[in-house]
Amino acid sequence: MKKAISIAGLHKSFGRTHALDGLDLAVEAGEVHGFLGPNGAGKSTTIRILLGLLRADSGGVRLLGKDPWKDAVELHRRLAYVPGDVELWPGLTGGEAIDLLAKLRGGLDRRRRDELVERFDLDPVKKGRAYSKGNRQKVAIVAALASDAELLLLDEPTTGLDPLMEVVFQDVVLQAKAAGKTVLLSSHILAQVEKLCDRVSIVRRGRTVQSGTLGEMRHLTRTTVEAETERPATGLDAVPGVHGLEVTGRRVRFAVDGAHLGAAMSGLGEFGIRSLTSHPPTLEELMLRHYGDELASNGRTGNGEPAQPSDAAPSTSTGRKGGAPR
Amino acid sequence: MTSTLAPLDASGRSAPTRTASGAFTGTGTLVRFGLRRDRVRLSVWLLALTLGTLATAAEYKELYSTPGERALAVGSMDSPAALAMTGPRHYLSDYTAGAMLGHQLLGFMAVLVGLMSILIVTRHTREEEETGRAELVRSTVVGHHAHLASALTLAVVADLALALLLALGLTALDIDGIGPGGALLYGLAHAAIGLVFAGVAAVTAQVTAHTRGAAGMAFAVVGAAYALRASGDVGNDALSWLSPIGWIQRTYVFVDDRWWPLALCLVLAALSAAYGCVLSTRRDVGAGLRPARLGRPTASDALTRPLGLALRLHRATLLGFGAGLCLMGVMYGSILGEAADMVKDIEQVQEALARIGGSTVAESFASMVMVVVAVAAAVYVVMAALRPRAEESAGRAEPLLATGLSRTRWLGSHVAVALGGGTALLVVAGLGFGLSGAASAGDRDLVLDLVAAAAAYAPALWVTAGVAVLVFGWFPRAGAVAWIVPAYAFLAGYLGPILRLPDWMMNLSPFGHVPRLPAAGMDWTPLLALTAVAAGLILLGLLGFRRRDLEAT
Repeated sequence: MKKAISIAGLHKSFGRTHALDGLDLAVEAGEVHGFLGPNGAGKSTTIRILLGLLRADSGGVRLLGKDPWKDAVELHRRLAYVPGDVELWPGLTGGEAIDLLAKLRGGLDRRRRDELVERFDLDPVKKGRAYSKGNRQKVAIVAALASDAELLLLDEPTTGLDPLMEVVFQDVVLQAKAAGKTVLLSSHILAQVEKLCDRVSIVRRGRTVQSGTLGEMRHLTRTTVEAETERPATGLDAVPGVHGLEVTGRRVRFAVDGAHLGAAMSGLGEFGIRSLTSHPPTLEELMLRHYGDELASNGRTGNGEPAQPSDAAPSTSTGRKGGAPR
Repeated sequence: MTSTLAPLDASGRSAPTRTASGAFTGTGTLVRFGLRRDRVRLSVWLLALTLGTLATAAEYKELYSTPGERALAVGSMDSPAALAMTGPRHYLSDYTAGAMLGHQLLGFMAVLVGLMSILIVTRHTREEEETGRAELVRSTVVGHHAHLASALTLAVVADLALALLLALGLTALDIDGIGPGGALLYGLAHAAIGLVFAGVAAVTAQVTAHTRGAAGMAFAVVGAAYALRASGDVGNDALSWLSPIGWIQRTYVFVDDRWWPLALCLVLAALSAAYGCVLSTRRDVGAGLRPARLGRPTASDALTRPLGLALRLHRATLLGFGAGLCLMGVMYGSILGEAADMVKDIEQVQEALARIGGSTVAESFASMVMVVVAVAAAVYVVMAALRPRAEESAGRAEPLLATGLSRTRWLGSHVAVALGGGTALLVVAGLGFGLSGAASAGDRDLVLDLVAAAAAYAPALWVTAGVAVLVFGWFPRAGAVAWIVPAYAFLAGYLGPILRLPDWMMNLSPFGHVPRLPAAGMDWTPLLALTAVAAGLILLGLLGFRRRDLEAT
């Protein structure tokens, strides 16, 4: 498959701040790629470099096979961008702003535009200064999706949107995907990423710490198992890959590395399973693996399951392990 | 944001010890907080207004020290045009330095004090609501009327401080005809008119949901009040009595020292402030009484082109400057015929005009007006050329430059509007000056002469724009540096001849190279050179902008 975006060893500093510290990113043509990380991880900086708004200090960046700084205008005709914080002209209406942005990009599908305005329930005759945060986002989303761009760069596009509009947004992105468009979606909303993205990249402090499909990532992390057995389960701690074993009477609970799940289950089977629940790590847990130490330094240990991986967090091995397969 | 919250937390904690649920609860805290926020802004206003007055008073003392000089001043003021620009004729009956202040300066100062008071009120009411900060504050222990009451209190504090500074300062100058009693009345007249317009702003801030709209409506009231008194002072006195600016001028301060017109102001101020309070209870926080105006659902073809967008964004400013400059031209033009008589008695101006070397006094006067017109147009040009910076830091450049619009075309369209708009302003001002000057002097040829004289300044404006573009391209955060050009041009061009600045200092300003038409002859060489310099600066600025990072918000 052709790469829509390929970034290798990207560096960018603002004064003394190293916003990007050797970031890598590969997005295949036609996929929806999730771009995850907390505020200040370097997501927006990366996207602004892809847009040719910022100039990279060093590292290789190719966008649709071209240089995003030198070929900016040519590339911009083939892509659409939604910033996380949309600012509109106070005296221009939302409708005018949509037309302006879409036409400057090189064309506007009038019917599609009206349909999107309708679906997002946007009032196009209000002046920019009168719009709420969510409505300003809608203006940029409609402008981006009404154009015939082959690549969508979405930087936390739905901040301020209500849950209903979130559903509409997901629907529209899936439509775009079905139409063969490539999407880079930077987001905080993990449910959104889980639903939309084929692959994700997790960034931290300007570096990519993990990249792959959700399935691959899950395989590399622990599955949580809770079971009730006929006899109290013993000796499970001897099974390799089992962590955090808790046995209370006939109830047992542990986490197990993906590679050792089979061994753990046959070990458990010897005690006669009466009920069993297991769930793969959620995206939140995957994220927390990489940020657990930051949470801990903020005085939170996190309760319940999402916190579990943070027990293992001090070992930075997860980061290396995650980085290996790609 | 933390600094915003800190004092309110304090109020929240101390509130239970006070009356729990008054409509004005929290006003005191908001006032102190407002003073803290505006300490620099208010100090600059007060200092500028006070120093301006004191400098003018000192100048009057210097220029009109003998009865003979004062009699000449009366003669130069006793014309409809002069009265329209100053105040009622009664001041001329005893034209001391004090009477000159009351006559020539008070009306002008009333406008400035009005602007200050309006901006204080709208800034602390409507702007707080528009930005959403008011919502946060209102959710704490703060009464319904606390915002408006605190904004009005701030205006009262500022206006009274100004009154005190003026009274003390003028008394300290110890000028003949300016006694302590009159000085106090003079100062309080400022406070009174300030409060009237603060009250007006308290009403307009309720009407529209937008800060600029609220301030603009109140400014329009100031303008109307000024226009009423202008026509009243020239013709029917009753018109002046409809204007609060007319009221304070009719204290005849330093002549009759009447105090009672101030009471009219106080009553009007109190009534309008109370009306504002009532209106504020009839609307929601953040909303205006008048629903926000709607616009077009789709963009016109012109708007979706870079130049069309730039024109649309610059339209309001350009029209405002156009109207102002045209009016300025018409006003100066209307006294062009009398200019010879007016200025011949002022020695310094006379000498300055002689240095320009005009064939007639009217032509010399016209040349000098051109400098003022050109500097005013330069102010617009700097504003327009720095507009891309405002767009960039507001985050509105980013989505545009992520489309098929190149950086060169985006910046170029703004620069084109700045260059073309500045030139159009010169022509409009020259036309207004020329038409009304031709009428007042009875010389039809003046129209074309004066338009040409104004247009000759275009290349100097382009250089001004070039400096702003250069700064924007290479040092975007230092945009304000570009203001040096019009500021210096004003100092050198307007005061230079009076202060007898050496030639090399005059030539530092691009405006110093422009032939001073119509007094002097036409000379194309400096104009072509200025145009070339402007082109070079703009190209260099574009080059810098194409190379640098766009600054993200």
